[in-house]
Amino acid sequence: MGPETLESLQKSAIDEVLEAYPEKAKKKRAKHLGVDSPEGVKGACDKTKSNKQTVPGVMSQRGCAYAGSKGVVWGPIKDMIHISHGPIGCGQYSRGGRRNYYIGTTGVDTFVTMNFSTDFTEKDIVFGGDKKLKKALEEIDDLFPLNNGISVQSECPIGLIGDDIQAVSKTHKKESGKPTVAVSCEGFRGVSQSLGHHIANDMIRDEIMPDTSHKKDFESTEYDVAIIGDYNIGGDAWSSRILLEEMGLRVIAQWSGDATYKEMAIAPKAKLNLLHCYRSMNYISRHMEQEFGIPWMEYNFFGPSKTTESLRKIASFFDEKIQKKTEEVIAKYTKMTDEVIAKYKPRLEGKKVMLYVGGLRPRHVIGAYEDLGMEIIGTGYEFAHGDDYKRTKEDLERSTLIYDDVSEYELEKFVEKLRPDLVAAGVKEKYVFQKMGLPFRQMHSWDYSGPYHGYDAFAIFAKDMDLAMNSPVWDHNTAPWDEK
Amino acid sequence: MQNVENIVNGQKLFQKPEYQEVLENKKEFEGHAGATNPEKVKEIADWTKSWEYREKNLAREAITINPSKACQPLGAVMAALGFENTMPYVHGSHGCVAYFRSYFTRHFKEPTPCVSDSMSESAAVFGGLANMKDGLRNANALYKPDMIAVSTTCMAEVIGDDLKAFTASAKEEAEGEMDDTLIPSAHTPSFVGSHITGYDNMIRAILEQTNPTKAEKVVDEERINIIPGFEPYLGSLKEIKNISKMFGDKVVMIGDHQEQWDTGAGEYKLYAGGTSLEDTKTAINAKATISLQKYSTVTTSKLIKNKWKQEYKTANPIGLSGTDEFVMMLSELTGKEVPEELKAQIARLVDAMQDSYPYMHGKSFAVWGDPDFLLGLVSFLVEMGSVPAHIVCNNAPRKGWKEDMEAVLEKSPSKDECQIWPSKDLWHLRSLLFTEPVDFMIGNVYGKELYRDTGIPLIRIGFPIFDRHHLHRYSMSGYEGALNLLTWITNGVLDQLDEETKGIAETDYFFDSVR
Repeated sequence: MGPETLESLQKSAIDEVLEAYPEKAKKKRAKHLGVDSPEGVKGACDKTKSNKQTVPGVMSQRGCAYAGSKGVVWGPIKDMIHISHGPIGCGQYSRGGRRNYYIGTTGVDTFVTMNFSTDFTEKDIVFGGDKKLKKALEEIDDLFPLNNGISVQSECPIGLIGDDIQAVSKTHKKESGKPTVAVSCEGFRGVSQSLGHHIANDMIRDEIMPDTSHKKDFESTEYDVAIIGDYNIGGDAWSSRILLEEMGLRVIAQWSGDATYKEMAIAPKAKLNLLHCYRSMNYISRHMEQEFGIPWMEYNFFGPSKTTESLRKIASFFDEKIQKKTEEVIAKYTKMTDEVIAKYKPRLEGKKVMLYVGGLRPRHVIGAYEDLGMEIIGTGYEFAHGDDYKRTKEDLERSTLIYDDVSEYELEKFVEKLRPDLVAAGVKEKYVFQKMGLPFRQMHSWDYSGPYHGYDAFAIFAKDMDLAMNSPVWDHNTAPWDEK
Repeated sequence: MQNVENIVNGQKLFQKPEYQEVLENKKEFEGHAGATNPEKVKEIADWTKSWEYREKNLAREAITINPSKACQPLGAVMAALGFENTMPYVHGSHGCVAYFRSYFTRHFKEPTPCVSDSMSESAAVFGGLANMKDGLRNANALYKPDMIAVSTTCMAEVIGDDLKAFTASAKEEAEGEMDDTLIPSAHTPSFVGSHITGYDNMIRAILEQTNPTKAEKVVDEERINIIPGFEPYLGSLKEIKNISKMFGDKVVMIGDHQEQWDTGAGEYKLYAGGTSLEDTKTAINAKATISLQKYSTVTTSKLIKNKWKQEYKTANPIGLSGTDEFVMMLSELTGKEVPEELKAQIARLVDAMQDSYPYMHGKSFAVWGDPDFLLGLVSFLVEMGSVPAHIVCNNAPRKGWKEDMEAVLEKSPSKDECQIWPSKDLWHLRSLLFTEPVDFMIGNVYGKELYRDTGIPLIRIGFPIFDRHHLHRYSMSGYEGALNLLTWITNGVLDQLDEETKGIAETDYFFDSVR
């Protein structure tokens, strides 16, 4: 299929999809769909509307502000207890599904996979939940003396019934002497999980950044960096950290996968902030730049090409010693990743892939697929802003269908029309496409595998994609009596 | 570094010495006690196993920790998916729907259709009418349902949206597009009850709003309705339908979500199976309705008994005597003899129970889950001579459930060793397990961490189960389902026996090949 045919196919897919909508919804959705390519001028990456209200009544894959704050940013901080404040559901549905790996004794000194909820009843809605919250904070300190702080993650009703969780948390902080952070991340705020990330960042800024207790005796070195926006899914941050340490850098904080409160507090001591998930933590990176003068840079550790490029960019902030070591690290691992490519590329080359994920992945993982010779023909974000789409442009390799906040209906139709060989998205989509006979990989949870960040992780990525593409199970879709 | 001939994922990668060093180095910057004071971790960990801790823990009033329950709209979504060509529609934020869909999908390994009308701040201020109007129309156009079953999130409930008025006005303004679409609606506030309450509210709403009034009913003496309840075991639904069929074609399941989460490869269907709308709309005409989950149909029972003046019965066909009761109820209501096939089934089950009893007899269990599931499971454990020592039900209804459970335990000679724990969560259970240990646990995936902490083996039966595959395809209802329970539990006991006896030259004299 030549580039022209691909592009026209993509454009006609958009037209077809829009036909199904009533007029008002059609007009809205049209602005979120488009096509772009590396040579495109003012294409979809520049023009796609994003971070807008989801069209009501469609099966959107988006989450909410609570998911962005509790589920993404705060939840992985392992030695704090995060209360899902409100009715029982939110804490239950978000329990243990994101694979934010951590080391610790769960229930004793770390708490990530647990569900702490104030489990609201009608009485709490009618009379307010502040007293219950106060009591809950005290009970937590009583039963979990090794917690290094508590965050209160608001669910929808909190902001609607006029509770003052800020005041309750402030009082508790004074009494307990431990950080107690109230986060107003009610699910109805904003249009997706994105505002939840922002609100969560703001609370880190207001509540953790001013805390000097861990900073004051901290002995800095010239080579201190912080990993920002890596949630250690399947151990991603660990397989990133090893490379930075081998380069001669010292990773003093890991935000927020496998993070402790202390690492959150000492991050402003870093000489450089390394930002992986731009969408969820650019706010706090900008703040640390303004407030503490710490530069930040975005990097991409998916696939050897991007990893190598990123390592060199990181090294350029440091002296020649680091740069020399970086080249040694690159050389050492490239030998292995070349072998990985030699092994798997012949099995994967030319296979077409459609992505639909969140955060940084709709652009960041393109390079990893392309390193294996796989071709991305469609990508989109659940909760991106315009700057994400602009950043996507440089990662495109060919004509690519771009879809923002795509509904299940649209994605299904796009896939039917473009017939990719692999779809990579989330668990809600997984079985739809598998039923259509298409190999699928979850790219939120790494489909219970991973890590996918760094060189060692690329080997896993390649093996997993081969597993998905070349498993014999896809050959069984036609029964023998139906074979022609 | 990876060896290309043997690429390993994180499980083994992080065991390599270079990664162990990374994790060790990280401790320098970490603040949790595991890095700063490992002795303290041990001390506190031991303390959490004590009676002193248990008392503090059981005295908790405000914080719920690791409960085994979810919120109302989740149940409403399952209820809606039990009907033909029906799209569950949640009036509220789409974040909730993303959660419901992934929760069910992780359990069933199947897609879960459901939409929301994406209410946000403006809806919080002005109400959700505009969202409802657009939402219903878009859902109707895209997904072409015959019925849209509307439930609510806590946000919509707190701001007090008027569902009936909203859906009516949405229909009116849709230029005729939705004239043929049924749109029943139910209030399902998350801060009342649990997922089973939401199931109940939605089943009632669908029945009440699609059926004529009592004055117009035409009783069909052969028709019997069966409401399965919040049933995560699709095999159970199949089994109940098999048994029903033996008593006639007019024994109809109301709310049959089996096929929806049980479709085959090759083609994706948005809707599959479900109770036909014809059967739904005529439910009032039945001679009687049997609910298989008394506590998941509390408000529905009021509709049937008080408004429809129809005979309403409950049965709990989990285990031997529960199935007996159900079968006899069907026989009595239909006037048909118990068929030979069921007689053969019960004989086979009893035979199997008599084959396996030595392994279950006297073994103590901690069990948790939904109220009706527990009544059935405990009944089966008692039938096998097991001791259900801790029965934990976070969403236990205040009225009646504990008494029902006591009545089940009454049949056990070990009843004094059994404790019922309504409203308690799994962090409570952790204390109970350390202070008054049991031999085995039976429950959902949330028992996994209890297994890690206490070492007590977990036999996975319940909802949700995210970390084992295909269990939901089997039945735990009917005689055939009881056989599955027997198989799972007995073999769980035997697996543990092997585990305990596998020590070479130490304990393996008891590592028998025949058991």
